[in-house]
Amino acid sequence: MTEVPISWFLTLSAVLFVLGVAGFLFRRNIITVFMSIELMLNAVNLTFITFSYQLKRVNGHLFAFFVMVVAAAEAAVGLAIILTIFKNRGTLNIDDVDSMKN
Amino acid sequence: MPASFTSAADLIRLLPEIILTVMGTFLMVLDPILHKRSSRAFGHLSILALAGGIGGSVYAYAHAGPAFGGMLMVDGFATFFRVLVMVVGILTVLPSYRFLNRQDAETSEYHALLLFSIAGQCLMAAANELIIVFIGLEISSIASYVLAGYLRDDKRANEASLKYFLLGSFATAFFLYGVALIYGSTGSVNLIAVRAAISGQNAPEPVFLGLAAALMFVGLGFKVSAAPFQIWAPDVYQGAPTPVAAFLSAGPKAAAFAVFLRIFMTAFEPIGGGWEPLVWISALLSMTIGNFAALLQSNVKRMLAYSSIAHAGYVLVALTARSETGTAAAMFYLAAYALMNIGAFAVVSHLSGRGERYQNIDDLAGLGQKQPLTAAMLAIFLLSLIGVPLTGGFFGKFYIFKAALDSHLYWLAVLGLLNSAVAAYYYLRILVMMYMHEPGEAVEAVEPLSLGLRAALILPAMGTLFLGIFPAWVLDFAGKSAALVK
Repeated sequence: MTEVPISWFLTLSAVLFVLGVAGFLFRRNIITVFMSIELMLNAVNLTFITFSYQLKRVNGHLFAFFVMVVAAAEAAVGLAIILTIFKNRGTLNIDDVDSMKN
Repeated sequence: MPASFTSAADLIRLLPEIILTVMGTFLMVLDPILHKRSSRAFGHLSILALAGGIGGSVYAYAHAGPAFGGMLMVDGFATFFRVLVMVVGILTVLPSYRFLNRQDAETSEYHALLLFSIAGQCLMAAANELIIVFIGLEISSIASYVLAGYLRDDKRANEASLKYFLLGSFATAFFLYGVALIYGSTGSVNLIAVRAAISGQNAPEPVFLGLAAALMFVGLGFKVSAAPFQIWAPDVYQGAPTPVAAFLSAGPKAAAFAVFLRIFMTAFEPIGGGWEPLVWISALLSMTIGNFAALLQSNVKRMLAYSSIAHAGYVLVALTARSETGTAAAMFYLAAYALMNIGAFAVVSHLSGRGERYQNIDDLAGLGQKQPLTAAMLAIFLLSLIGVPLTGGFFGKFYIFKAALDSHLYWLAVLGLLNSAVAAYYYLRILVMMYMHEPGEAVEAVEPLSLGLRAALILPAMGTLFLGIFPAWVLDFAGKSAALVK
């Protein structure tokens, strides 16, 4: 049985990361924008795991766990912030959240 | 890996973070017990915690060295920034007493979040491993996202919080991807090991390294609000509660620069020629965009936000110099900047009134007649922001441009000096407004200075003058610490 080459994993995670960036920049719904950030973080996790496997070192796995914990904390705070936005404005379109200009 | 995981020495070196986290948690537990009866106690306790934290970091410095298997490095550099962010914390709490009281929003969360955020920044200052940097960064950021939206029924505060959160997490993801690439190409995330791997025999692919450094630069650039990643700063500073805006413009920025210096001067020093142009461009863009946009503002908080972008640009000039004097100059400047900026924001906080109605430059009209002390303090901060001699801002700029000239960055130094001349205009406009106009509605309605606000104005003003008259004291320490970041 042949193994899947390392570079495929790295390419996949790079593609996921770029998709996340694109989603962040072009999507207009706040929840989708937030999900794009999560996608970016998970792309990074995949990179960590791949390198960890390649280097035969376990610390990359640990880093992925740290990232997951931080992402969970970020999601808790982020969803709370999005909720207050919705409560005060009744919209989740990012272009409508623009009240400060000179 | 050593068999025993922690030792007493490790814990001593983590003392400031421990004090702040314990006190923050304690404050949250205390809320239901003390609520509304003596809400001022929360403020007193957080000042106590921060003073304890400063004591703790000095004690940790007496036992300086690496901790937790090299994940932390407690040295002069770390101690400098730890003390700086905790002083910023105290100067944020002082004007908050009156501010929170006026908005009917005195709770312990505010102080707990502030302490958590500062704990994260202390961790960043001492981090010697990229994952610890990431964790410190997130502890600091997540708490400050909430702080920015602390007045949760205020539409502007919501918006500030959302923008800060989205762009902040976006930036963190970039930084983290850079960390992952460094881990993959060097097999380590320890800054010293990374440096050894980069300058060693079989150095990793330059493409990988360059990409990693660029991604980390993007992430940190967002955090220090350097152009072209500065778009969030004006909206966030304008919308966030004023004491929080003051905090955001000084604390997280100083900690992010500490990380910046440590990563780029320690780990990426061998590829310095590669990242220097990036920082050069970013420094010039930050100064120019910040100063010219500040000229057009009528809202004081927004103007200070643009001015803080410009000041980030000056610090980047010091980074571009890539020398010990440059690092020391950046450290000195960050200390001076933190004091003068937080003082200026404290005046805005004092003046803004209930619901933060008065935030315009016109609202400062006649302050010199009505409250000479407040006006005089603001004048000191503004003169320091301009960089007039006898203030900390002057020596800050002087050392930065001197470091730039020493490293033969003549164009950058000239363009930076021209920029400071532009900046003088919008700061002087405020001075003219204060002293040469009749008092308006805002100034007529202003309350007398409370004890906390008086301290919040006089202490940073004294600090600014001290740095301007006896700069050697801080600069010597900065110079000694800068030598450690190598």
